[in-house]
Amino acid sequence: MTEDTITSRNRANIVGDFLWTIGPILLALLLTTLALIAIGADPAKAYATMWNGAFGSAEKLSSVMDAWVPLVFCSVGLFITFTAGLWNIGIEGQMVMGAIFATWVARTFDLPAEILLPLIFVGGALGGALWALFAGALKVYGRVHEIFGGLGLNFVAMGVALYLIIGPWKRAGIASTSGTEPFRPAAWLPNFPGMSVGPIEIILAIIALILVYLALRGTLWGLQLKAIGKNIRSAFWLGIPTSRYMLGAFALCGTFAGLAGAEQAVGVWARLIPSISGGYGYLSILVVLLSGFRAPLVPLVAFFFAAVTKGSIALPLDLQIDSALGGVLQGMIVLLFVLSQGVRSKFR
Amino acid sequence: MRLELKHIHKHFGAVHANDDICLTIESGTIHGLLGENGAGKSTLMKILSGFIRRDAGEILLDGGAVAFKNPAEAIRAGVGMLHQDPLDFPPLTVLDDFLLGREDGFIQKRARALADLEKFSRQFGFDLAPDALVSALTVGERQQLEIMRLLSLGAKILIFDEPTTGISLPQKIKLFETLRLLAQQGMTIIFVTHKLQDAEDLCGKVTVLRLGKVTGEVTCPFTADQLVRLMFGQSLETRARATVALGEPVLELRDVCVADYRLRLPEINLQVRSGEVIGLAGIEGSGQRLFLRACAGLDQPVTGEIQLGGARMNRRPYREFLERGAVYLPAGRLEEGLVPGLNLTEHFILAKRSTEFFVNWPAAQTCAQTRIQEYSIRGVPTSRVEALSGGNQQRALLALLQPGLKLILLEHPTRGLDIESTMWVWSQLLERRTRGTAILFASADLDEILEYSDRILVFSGGRVARALNAKETSAHQLGELIAGKGMEIRD
Repeated sequence: MTEDTITSRNRANIVGDFLWTIGPILLALLLTTLALIAIGADPAKAYATMWNGAFGSAEKLSSVMDAWVPLVFCSVGLFITFTAGLWNIGIEGQMVMGAIFATWVARTFDLPAEILLPLIFVGGALGGALWALFAGALKVYGRVHEIFGGLGLNFVAMGVALYLIIGPWKRAGIASTSGTEPFRPAAWLPNFPGMSVGPIEIILAIIALILVYLALRGTLWGLQLKAIGKNIRSAFWLGIPTSRYMLGAFALCGTFAGLAGAEQAVGVWARLIPSISGGYGYLSILVVLLSGFRAPLVPLVAFFFAAVTKGSIALPLDLQIDSALGGVLQGMIVLLFVLSQGVRSKFR
Repeated sequence: MRLELKHIHKHFGAVHANDDICLTIESGTIHGLLGENGAGKSTLMKILSGFIRRDAGEILLDGGAVAFKNPAEAIRAGVGMLHQDPLDFPPLTVLDDFLLGREDGFIQKRARALADLEKFSRQFGFDLAPDALVSALTVGERQQLEIMRLLSLGAKILIFDEPTTGISLPQKIKLFETLRLLAQQGMTIIFVTHKLQDAEDLCGKVTVLRLGKVTGEVTCPFTADQLVRLMFGQSLETRARATVALGEPVLELRDVCVADYRLRLPEINLQVRSGEVIGLAGIEGSGQRLFLRACAGLDQPVTGEIQLGGARMNRRPYREFLERGAVYLPAGRLEEGLVPGLNLTEHFILAKRSTEFFVNWPAAQTCAQTRIQEYSIRGVPTSRVEALSGGNQQRALLALLQPGLKLILLEHPTRGLDIESTMWVWSQLLERRTRGTAILFASADLDEILEYSDRILVFSGGRVARALNAKETSAHQLGELIAGKGMEIRD
């Protein structure tokens, strides 16, 4: 094969990749539109409402970024576990546990912000990592599939959060599921003026993404993890300590999930609430799938998902359409994308 | 049933696996398909039996064009294939397995199937208990079951892909008898092999493939030399074997007992010295794999002591065995050795077990290129291992072994390989042996055991005979021991 045909082949591949990605998205939009017509809604209005809901004002855009940050953090973590061939469904609970640990730090230590905030994030990372290690240990030592172990631990984590909120950490006088007492101001993550999002979390998320992307591509560790994901028996034969690496992958993924949870606690809510993880853990699984496991696409895909999630909140208010429409659109896109990948590989 | 293949083409990525193949086979004949690994034999047969689709070309059965979408369609039209690794269901019973694929309604007709099974068994002189588990059968018996199953489904053309690998000599004789009988009954038999002897013994006509193309067709009588030239483009000759002075003991087993859920081998005592080659003979599944895995630290012995270079290794992790220079090469190349999805360069990096944090990709690429040339692997550094042929996968596995090993344990090192690759594999192993590596290998091929071993361990009937001196052992003696004769006396 000559150089020329190689490049033309690559070009055909890039065009093909693009078409096979954009195709399912368009199809998902079409199907969602049909669903809207079927329930007698005006699709144009619905999409306009979603658009305004996401980008209508600086405030709204900032709330999109509130969702973007945890989505990116969790996706970064999931890249590690997916590389090792693990389905870390437990990421949602790891986020919750991160938020719980972060809350404990925020409530316990009366320190200046420069010291307290880093400490909160360390705490969050630790909480997420520990919770992920549970799922990992169940998998490695207990032969419990990580999907079942993770799912179970998600419920436990949410139970713990709820218990703390209405129990030991309840607001003075009233026990309410609306959350704990707000943190002291030193534990609030600084925001852009008039917005609910600040520079620190965005920069941290991007740094995390770049670091993990480079580590998975360029280090021996990344390659070893990939070998485990593709064939664990052969990886073991090659002398890779598979159990240790799988536990490590869980712990690292949990670390990033924990950071996401801590960020939600101190950056968005300034307290612990029962649904602190907001479903972003699960959603980030879809982000990674739709990115086709290409880390550079994650910020874009996460932004799109964040926009759809936040944009659809306006639907019930303005058009009496349930905000689940956003979820329908997201699910449809991922499903059709994964389907198109499957169909494509079949005919390759 | 008369079979014609016309201008068959098949591409896998950049590889032209079948390049304009034309072939005509008359009914009632045994037709050989000969070629080295990666010649395109299996691809062609998988196209014929509906496992994969051709890119271009025509298949005619008794003059009528057919296009199979899947193996079920092929068998309905009368084309059945026995795969190199039998595609049966080990957890099922013989009768259940036999029932599979039948299209006689929703309700199982067990009585009728049983009658069919008995009819075929009588006809061919097979002796399979209908309620035995397939997993308890030998490879040869599983072939017999598969032959009967395909016949009961109406197969008129039977394809055998390397059927003589992994079966014993008596089983092979039985298989050849069966094939001749089938041909007499008007079946068309396609016999895919890389073994010249088998082709000579059995086939009336042989078509030779090389690099995806037909290089020639010969009719009986033909000579082995003719075939070799067609297969390789040159004649091969065996090399005389150098004698190696044996050194220090590397591996020592004291009263070792290895066991799994169905087999228990008691009290094995063995001392292996550096530079020594020991062959493990016996019918497959007689404990050779258990034994090798225990020596490599992959499984724990039940009792006894395993020493490597004088150090007690019981309960030590596998990686410590690696660090002490003991390596096991599994038979399942893609299952427990190579990582499908990773390319050659990535494998070389992983096998190096270096401690560097960042991978130096350009250097790794260059290093992979050198290894690929050294080990004559047909591929490039970015070739994924699953895209390589069996022979090239084996070369890749050998290329992964680090220099200076003390002990190499191999399971079927040349299974499914052609003569050229087989000789190459052994030249590599013997070369390591001259530098002091001890070699333990299990093989189903008696000639291989006798040719390369210094000593032979026979595994039979749940026991291991005391090591035999290979020079004083004949194939006949060995065959008897494997069949269980004389084990008591030697034990």
